[in-house]
Amino acid sequence: MKSEMDPAIRFSAVTKVFGRIRALESLDFVAPTGAVTVLLGPNGAGKTTTIRLTTGALVADHGNIEVLGLHPKTDGDEVRRRTGVVAPKPAFYDQLTGWENLQFAARIFAATDAAAHDAAGRFAIEDALDQEVGGYSTGMRTRLALARAVIHDPEVLLLDEPTAGLDPESARSVLNLIAELASRGRSIVLCTHLLHEAEGIADHVVLMSEGHARAAGPPKELASRYMPDPIIIFDAENRQSLNQLADFEGVINVQWNGGIHATLKDLDRLPDLIARLVDGGARLTRVEPLVPTLEELYFEMQRSHREQDA
Amino acid sequence: MAMAGADLRRLFKSKDYWIPLMLMAGLFFVVIPFFSLSMIGSLENTQFVDQVTQIVGQLPDSVSRAVAGETPTARASYVVAVFLLAPIAIIVPLTISAAVGSNAIVGERERGTGEFLAHSPLKTSEIYLGKLIASLVPGYLATFVGFSLYAVIVNLTVGPSLGGWFFPTRGWLILIVWVIPPFIAIALSLILRLSARVRSAAAAQQASSLVTLPIIIVSYAVAAGVVASPGASGLWIGAVAWVVAGLLIARGASTLKRDRLLGVASET
Repeated sequence: MKSEMDPAIRFSAVTKVFGRIRALESLDFVAPTGAVTVLLGPNGAGKTTTIRLTTGALVADHGNIEVLGLHPKTDGDEVRRRTGVVAPKPAFYDQLTGWENLQFAARIFAATDAAAHDAAGRFAIEDALDQEVGGYSTGMRTRLALARAVIHDPEVLLLDEPTAGLDPESARSVLNLIAELASRGRSIVLCTHLLHEAEGIADHVVLMSEGHARAAGPPKELASRYMPDPIIIFDAENRQSLNQLADFEGVINVQWNGGIHATLKDLDRLPDLIARLVDGGARLTRVEPLVPTLEELYFEMQRSHREQDA
Repeated sequence: MAMAGADLRRLFKSKDYWIPLMLMAGLFFVVIPFFSLSMIGSLENTQFVDQVTQIVGQLPDSVSRAVAGETPTARASYVVAVFLLAPIAIIVPLTISAAVGSNAIVGERERGTGEFLAHSPLKTSEIYLGKLIASLVPGYLATFVGFSLYAVIVNLTVGPSLGGWFFPTRGWLILIVWVIPPFIAIALSLILRLSARVRSAAAAQQASSLVTLPIIIVSYAVAAGVVASPGASGLWIGAVAWVVAGLLIARGASTLKRDRLLGVASET
């Protein structure tokens, strides 16, 4: 029996092979219920294959997959009824209008015309529904794809590079819409290789590489795991005065990156460091702890795994 | 039916699809019959009429008795209208349906729309049957409309010399209603399986012609036989064709795999 604490999606030792290409190799990860899970990884990491296995569009060679407590291999129809998918560069029947495409999806997912209108309204595409999709811009197609994916109010939403090919403004708008869907309690899996895209909306991150899940967890947990030492950003009117930081006891590392990023052994040393800098003539303008961005975390995780592999 | 509905709507909105379709049906059902029948009707005791008369004389009694007309020209017109042009009722729908069907599944993959279908709750058998219906309907519809026009032309050009409207004959009715649909379905059931296996629409069209050609040859012979001898044999041929079509469709519907709709197939 499924409890509320069960993850929306669970992959256990899943392997998928295409000929000589091992797309997924013993992949393990969970996507928590009601959270935004970001599958992060370079092209070829296996993100799209993961989405396709989740709905049962592909069948795994080995391992076990559970989606909403169901098995896509045997309960595929039920899984697909309860999930929505946005593919990278979503495709439509270009000769049909936006409305005809939505209506087709509504028939397939047993949704009403009213639900189709609601979905179009939610993604601000309803004014273009009378036009043939062949004339849509990339942004309009993405909005229509999102509307199509939520037409049946799915419990799980799988978004594979949903901002691919969009201009920054449209991409931001799409990400806001995804955040809005997440706020409604839906379980969302977002595949991306764009780190800034996942920033701010990821509740749970799965770092994928060569078909493996290299690391997984909430961003804060990953930060404390991969970047355990506190980093403080210093800046000053007379920046040369900050060079002395490298010689202070308790400072592990110093890097210039729009301010000095000083990695400390522990935060207790910070008051002493500030006092010594001031005594040394530094006119400080900025002292603040670094909250690692997903990008910084990603590259730190990649570096850590490369070292492990070596 | 959602799948078939969307495909049909898409086809009929596409001018580069239905304009050639109408031209083809118009050429075979209207233009060629009109000119050939008009020419024969205006000839008297020509070599062509003599030859047709000789051929009719050599046919089995059951067939030659079916040829109506008091004069050699009337009888020649009847032979051309009823027997000689019968195969067009096979060629037109098979060609149209094969063109649509060959692109049906591989086209979804090439456009990327197959990704949506693969993730949808539609069963693969529903997708297959939807594609089959959407491929069969345009060909059969063109044939039905074209045949109706053909009937009018035959009755207007040949009818006066035979004492009034006589077309369609019983054999043609059996052919159009009972025999042709299963032959189209047989061809499509094979073409759709090819469409699911090949990697491009161009390859699908090449492969479908290999399937369509022998079926056209067989059905050409069957059509001529049914029209010439419209008895129980025509009904039996149709019944057998329906059974074969049913078996092939059931087999095709059960063998379509969801990954064939995606940009990759499992063997790659």
